[in-house]
This record gives sequence, C-alpha cells and structure tokens, in this order.
Amino acid sequence: MSKFKKNSKASQEIPTAALPDIIFMLLFFFMVTTVMREQEILVKQILPKAEQLSKIQKKSLVSHIYIGEPKNIGIYGEEPKIQTNDVFVEPDELTLFVNQEKDKLSEAERDRITMALNIDSEVKMGIVSDVEQTLRKSNARKLLYKSLKSVKD
Amino acid sequence: MARNKDRGTPEVNSGSMADIAFLLLIFFLVTTTIANDKGILMQLPPPPEEEIEIKLQERNIFKILANSNDQLLVENEPFGRPISELKEMVKDHILNFGKLSSTETIDLYNSLPGSLKSQVKQDPSSSDSPGDAIVSFKANRGTSYKLYIDVLDALHSAYNEIYAERIGITAEEFLQLDQSDDLQKRAYKQARAGIPKAISIAEPDK
Repeated sequence: MSKFKKNSKASQEIPTAALPDIIFMLLFFFMVTTVMREQEILVKQILPKAEQLSKIQKKSLVSHIYIGEPKNIGIYGEEPKIQTNDVFVEPDELTLFVNQEKDKLSEAERDRITMALNIDSEVKMGIVSDVEQTLRKSNARKLLYKSLKSVKD
Repeated sequence: MARNKDRGTPEVNSGSMADIAFLLLIFFLVTTTIANDKGILMQLPPPPEEEIEIKLQERNIFKILANSNDQLLVENEPFGRPISELKEMVKDHILNFGKLSSTETIDLYNSLPGSLKSQVKQDPSSSDSPGDAIVSFKANRGTSYKLYIDVLDALHSAYNEIYAERIGITAEEFLQLDQSDDLQKRAYKQARAGIPKAISIAEPDK
C-alpha cells in the first residue's frame, strides 16, 4: 500500500496536447476516403450478397445503372425502374446512355467500358434480362453485378 | 516552450482546436460512404447475328434451370438442397474425365496437382474433359435476382476453387491476383490454361 501512496503524489493527468493531432489524422483519413455522392439514387438498393467478388481494375471505365423499386411509390409506382444519372429510363433507351458514357472515354478505352449493375435483390429477372439484352446490342458487354461480400459461416 | 521575457507570450489559444477538429471529423464520418466497387464480373456474348447451330454433346452440358418460384431444376431433377451443394456438383462435372482419349486431355490430367487428381471422376455419362465441360444456367423472367446471383456466385466459386487449387493457393487469394503484375498474371493464366470458364447464361423464358 505504501508503495502506491508514494506514486499517487505524481501527476495523474493524461497529457492531451497530442489529442488535436490524433483527431486531425482521423479527419484527414475520412476527408480523403470520402466520396461525395454525385447523384441521388431514386430506387431502393439492397444489394445481394456473394462471395466471388472481383475488384474493378480501372474506375474511370465504370458506368452505373441502378435498378429497383422506386423510393417514391406515390409518384412512380411499385414496378422496378431503371435509373441512369438522375432519370428513369426504359430498357431500350439504355443504348443512348451507353453511347454517352462511351463518348466520355478515349477511343482506345471505349471497348473496355464496364457497366456496373446495381440491382436490388428483390427485383425479378425480367427487367434485368431486358437490360442485359440492350447492353449486348449496344456493345457494352462487360458487366459487373454489384454485390456485397457475404460472411462465410 | 521558448520563454519570452520582454513581451507577453503571443499564443493562440488552441484548447478548442480538438473540439473543432472533432466537429469536422463527425461531419465526415456521417457523410462518408466507403465506395465498394466490387461485384461479379461477367462478359456478355456478342449481339446475335444469325442463329448458329453448335453441336454439343448433351453429356458435356450441366443444366441448371430456375423457375418463377425460385425453384431449381438441376440436371433434370428438382434441387431442394442448399446452394453450396450445387457448387460441389458443378465441380464434379468440370473435373470429370469421361474420355481419356486425346493427348490433350491426358496432358491436362497429368498437369493437375495431386489434390485435384483425387477429385477426378471418370463417369462416362458426365463431361468428357474439363476443356469440354459447359455449365448452362437459364432463369425465368419471374426468378428473383437474388437467386440468380446466388447461382452465379456458386458457379464462379466452383471454377475459382479449381483454378486456385491448381496453382496451390486459396480461392480468396486467386480472386485477388493482380492482372497488371506480370508474375501474378502468369499464375492466373497458368491456372486457367485448358479449363475455360464456360458458364452460359441463357436468355430467360417469357
């Protein structure tokens, strides 16, 4: 006991001078990793889970298509819809979107465009296959079914 | 601390610096969505020009059908078991050497490591060789996307596990092989040589 008493006289304050530095470090980490959403997603997005996920090699080659039940059922109804950029499109209008996205890329990269399909897991295959067929015709044949990593049990 | 004798110390009060930083930190924490750009990659076939009749041996094709009630029909039999068993069936189908006739298939068989050789079956009613094996999956328009991804995932994992085992790594490591690195690309090519990833996704029924 006496031993501890001696120690208790020493200052017990934790030096907090470095605290701002630590916080700043965290802050910079989050500032760097943050991606601000460019577009508002108007459809429900609960992505399916899978194990065999590959990473995209080059992010500039990726264009996103969102499919799901609209969040605002009152206006758009309950049927799953396709969203590109900020608008809903019909499956056969996707060719235009593909061409627009291809125009953004350099000539050499155009054939390597990857379409990332963000599809809600409750969507039925009908609309998905319509989209696939249109993409096939518009020559954007690399697809990425976006999904989350499932945890093995 | 440098001591200033003549003047009062012109210090900025930095006590609240941490608070300000905290505030910013919390803002970024809340707004952050860590981008996940991961998924199952797939290549669509070129647009149809003419229907080309390709003669394939029935036994080389592993058929999976899904109906609008999310029920599976695997090799003409209803399949009510977990998807993980489907993966094993697909692996058996790919690794089957029904005909050990041509030199190519014999070379392929000899190139397999021992752990894969032990899984090889010689069922004449199944596929001729890994090079000939095809897995076909056909969904219905009413099939849920979730089931579609589950099956696709199982098919990919069957192939990836074989590829990975061939070069002695785990399937996880195989997926993380970097194509831009020469050494890793060679390993990737070596793993896939002779065993094409023949997954055929048919257009769904109306």
